[in-house]
Amino acid sequence: MESTALLQKVTAGMAFRGTPASLLSSSSASSHVARIKLGSRSVIRAVSRLSGLTVKATHLNAYGFGTMPHNSTALKTVNKAVAVKTETGSTATAQQGHELLLFEALREGLEEEMERDPTVCVIGEDVGHYGGSYKVTKGMAEKFGDLRLLDTPIAENSFTGMAIGAAMTGLRPIVEGMNMGFLLLAFNQIANNCGMLHYTSGGQFTIPIVIRGPGGVGKQLGAEHSQRLESYFQSVPGLQMVACSTPYNAKGLMKAAIRSENPVILFEHVLLYNLKERIPDEEYVLCLEEAELVRPGQDITILTYSRMRHHVLQAVKTLVSKGYDPEVIDIRSLKPFDLFAIGNSVKKTHKVLIVEECMRTGGIGASLRAAIMENFFDELDAPIGCLSSQDVPTPYAGPLEDLTVVQPPQIVFAVEQLCKH
Amino acid sequence: MAMATAAVASVRLATTNALPRATQRSRDNEACSALNSAFFKNSIPSSSRSSRKNLKTLNDGSRKGICVRVKASTSDMVKEKALPADGQLISRHEGLDLYEDMILGRAFEDMCAQMYYRGKMFGFVHLYNGQEAVSTGFIKGLKKADYVCSTYRDHVHALSKGVPARQVMSELFGKATGCCRGQGGSMHMFSKEHNVLGGFAFIGEGIPVATGAAFTTKYRREVLKDDSADEVTIAFFGDGTCNNGQFFECLNMAALWKLPIVFVVENNLWAIGMSHYRATSVPEIWKKGPAFGMPGIHVDGMDVLKVREVAKEAIARARRGDGPTLVECETYRFRGHSLADPDELRKPAEKAHYAARDPIAALKNYLLENRLATEKELSAIEETINELIEDAVEFAEASPLPPHSQLLENVFADPKGFGIGPDGRYRCEGPGFTAGTAQV
Repeated sequence: MESTALLQKVTAGMAFRGTPASLLSSSSASSHVARIKLGSRSVIRAVSRLSGLTVKATHLNAYGFGTMPHNSTALKTVNKAVAVKTETGSTATAQQGHELLLFEALREGLEEEMERDPTVCVIGEDVGHYGGSYKVTKGMAEKFGDLRLLDTPIAENSFTGMAIGAAMTGLRPIVEGMNMGFLLLAFNQIANNCGMLHYTSGGQFTIPIVIRGPGGVGKQLGAEHSQRLESYFQSVPGLQMVACSTPYNAKGLMKAAIRSENPVILFEHVLLYNLKERIPDEEYVLCLEEAELVRPGQDITILTYSRMRHHVLQAVKTLVSKGYDPEVIDIRSLKPFDLFAIGNSVKKTHKVLIVEECMRTGGIGASLRAAIMENFFDELDAPIGCLSSQDVPTPYAGPLEDLTVVQPPQIVFAVEQLCKH
Repeated sequence: MAMATAAVASVRLATTNALPRATQRSRDNEACSALNSAFFKNSIPSSSRSSRKNLKTLNDGSRKGICVRVKASTSDMVKEKALPADGQLISRHEGLDLYEDMILGRAFEDMCAQMYYRGKMFGFVHLYNGQEAVSTGFIKGLKKADYVCSTYRDHVHALSKGVPARQVMSELFGKATGCCRGQGGSMHMFSKEHNVLGGFAFIGEGIPVATGAAFTTKYRREVLKDDSADEVTIAFFGDGTCNNGQFFECLNMAALWKLPIVFVVENNLWAIGMSHYRATSVPEIWKKGPAFGMPGIHVDGMDVLKVREVAKEAIARARRGDGPTLVECETYRFRGHSLADPDELRKPAEKAHYAARDPIAALKNYLLENRLATEKELSAIEETINELIEDAVEFAEASPLPPHSQLLENVFADPKGFGIGPDGRYRCEGPGFTAGTAQV
């Protein structure tokens, strides 16, 4: 490849990072960049040495890249649409569909599936007469009866095991953990039987069970009621895990999880139950393994799930006003990861920031980083950033609790740092 | 042998649901104590009856390791069940059936020990020698559609339920023709066809699963309006499990919802090296049934005819919809906890005591004494079984090991659960995927 052509390609690429106009070659800043695939960083280093190009920078980072001073004017000229993107997850227009809260969306999905298939039942504490401690099953016991909305004694390990036995013998139970944290008591059954029984039985028994419940950090609920179990369960083979974040995907994922032949854990969040959204009237089922593109962008890929999606979107407002164009993906499927959607995004933006609510150590972000590094290393221009909760039992005091969870200003700062690459 | 002439007292257990709960409970209590008194009064062989006093004084929870027989209280509700006209507790056909099943269990387990020491099977293998009366007595009273749920000591439960010896042996050898394709092993015997729900390595794990199967039966009857749904589930587990939370939680739920389940405790007095008396504050496990609202029965688990009588009652009770029963079978394992257990803690006197009550020898004597079978016929049965076991071993030896491509096949029922790969296709759609890696 001729060094001039290479230089053109390289500098055109650099334009997207706010290169001062004087460094641009004749190929215009708006030309499409053909990404040099192999070892792009070392090529650029070599090219800059060859052509005597000096990168106007405050310092060179470890990869030989200049840390470009962020020139917002330059960026604006090459920016794609800056306008706030509507959430592509929601397909209804203002005229169609109906508005409801997230817990109602879950209930809608549940009811539709229970009407469709008489073997679907709900097992958990206070799901029947009480209507669910977060009202997800309100009114359903009157409609479907006490056996289909089974109020259990407080015995998580045993009633989860009971649900597994019922699933093996023909029913499709949904186990509700009153709080996800209570399902720690059911870890024996979830790990040993739920995840593994299909395998150890040589495929003879299927366990089409859904385990769901609210988790995550709430409003000063204390350490034990503020747990995130996704990091503990992700290592269990044979389990699928999904996290809902909007009424639209809550209903769709609930239905998909019930219809799946695999055991699925559906993570809901205590603080999201009152989210309001307009969802379609017609029936829809989402794909359990797919991620959701929330906001297309060019500068950086932000991967998130559950409540942090909303923190990210809040941060995005600030970022957009500062001239950034982040792409936001709600990964939704915590296990397995949708590598296609994630990969496509990484190939576009070359920078990744993961924003999650589970603990830093051994969390979803840790696995996601490893997966992206293994599959898309060459596409990355910067180390993958990961913002997670602190490895601290969630304190009761408000200010301390806020410090343990990722807040929008931290997201803004992290994006700014990463975009300097 | 006392059982030939014993009048088997049987009490009609409360069948009406209209009884107020207290009355129901007291009837259950009476039922259970009546059954207890019947079996104890009439069944203890005189030799051990005299030594009972000695045994009792040793019940100080120390490391003596001798069992203590529990004397239940009598009840004025005891009724005598009239013996059949021919005076027999069992017909010839039934007797031979029981005998064959117990011989199968014993011979199979003995062959397992041989094969293990020859390096054909590996890991933890827990043998059932000595406890055959419990498996045979209960499972032979079930229909094919009924469910059995067991523990790691599950080979004989699977065999009694009808899983072919070939499949069980192959599974133990880790071959692809095993009942679980070689993926489960000794502690995970499953059979969809014969409704064997496992096979669990952790104690107590199977009890909720069994409770769930019983729940399905109730659900099918009451929600799906399927009147033909009358399957009974039997959960087998040991004395050690009876101190575990899952046991108590499931007793509660089963009684609460009147699930068609029988909880069978195979009390062989030892949980590896932990004596039941050192681990349990109230060693009489049968007493814990009434505490949860179900009859608690104590039966001599070395006597297949007694076990069978109790099983009939308990299974019928469950099938009628009257709810669960807790049956404690006093039994003993002639071998160690597993083939890796040196079995040094149990006293020779205790082992000898129970060896003298070998259930197979007892049934054989009964059949011969009552002229239900001849020596020749019984030997012929033993021969047939030995040939069957030999055939099972040959089959297992000749079977192939699972191929590499089997590795990922059964991780998910729906392999889409492996996710979408970077190329946009589901990873399971790639050729040769199941021989690859599950990790992302």
